[in-house]
Amino acid sequence: MSVITIERKVLEKNDQIASRNRRLFSDRGIYVLNLVSSPGAGKTSLLEKTFQELQGSMGIAVIEGDVQTDLDAQRVARYGVPVIQIVTLGGCHLEAGLVQDALGNLDLKGVNLLFIENVGNLVCPASYDLGEAAKVVILSTTEGDDKPLKYPAMFLNSSVLIVNKIDLMPYLKCDLNVLKSNALRVNPALKIFETSCFTGAGIPEWCDWLRRKDASGQ
Amino acid sequence: MHELGIAQNILEIVQQSVPKEQIAAVRSIRIRVGPLSGVVPDSLEFCFQAIVNETEMQKASLAFEQLPAILNCKKCSYRFQIKDLEFLCRSCGGSDLELVSGRELEVVEIELAEEGDQIL
Repeated sequence: MSVITIERKVLEKNDQIASRNRRLFSDRGIYVLNLVSSPGAGKTSLLEKTFQELQGSMGIAVIEGDVQTDLDAQRVARYGVPVIQIVTLGGCHLEAGLVQDALGNLDLKGVNLLFIENVGNLVCPASYDLGEAAKVVILSTTEGDDKPLKYPAMFLNSSVLIVNKIDLMPYLKCDLNVLKSNALRVNPALKIFETSCFTGAGIPEWCDWLRRKDASGQ
Repeated sequence: MHELGIAQNILEIVQQSVPKEQIAAVRSIRIRVGPLSGVVPDSLEFCFQAIVNETEMQKASLAFEQLPAILNCKKCSYRFQIKDLEFLCRSCGGSDLELVSGRELEVVEIELAEEGDQIL
């Protein structure tokens, strides 16, 4: 037997492109958030509520990632927000190269806040850096309070947790305090917002945070 | 289930690292993997076998070096292995921690059969 020693990161290609994306965002002063969640947690609804709350006060653009259809891009476009849809055709996550390609087709003039809405999946998107400033994980109350412990990598790699659908709490066994303490057990640095895209609860606080991020130019 | 894409990445790295005429001699690819890499070794091996099956690399398999998740407390410098996903310092209770290891997903080395090796 002979051995070739290589010591290379398996995702090095992705990470190199992610670094290029990050440099481009930083050069253009764009703050980028990678929205991750399981399917149906409310990522697109959160974006719609965010557009309504910010009412054009920030230059927003969106990259949508889905396995099929451009339904989400259509929803975003109704708000006059520049959007591009990535259809992964079965792929369970976005990769940095897909985002790089999408950027070539997105007019970034006047944009200072870019949302990348990842494919709905609490596992795979955790492994892929897209060049974002931070990952925002959205967990809806209907998914149960144990999810941060069952899918720790996603909560560990995120900076913000949005607990969505809090209007449904009266009908669920989900315990909000248990959910939050489980999330903080995995990542004590998580910034947590509680929202309902149905009633609008918590949306102003989330948008205030976005405005502060924009003002600080991070 | 992104292990198929990861397996493809591993295959590309092997193809870049091993001279073309030796590619059929690849027997074992050592992968270093941490518990927080988001990759399940069994699934990765399954996917890898699926993509090398009936190719000249079909005798190759993955060998895993599984690392523990280790944290370092920035407050008291205590270093410890995570148990039960408790991200709190077991010495001072602090929560300002950095992950020393646990996210790894690396190709470490490739083993090749040489002429004269027993039936492999």
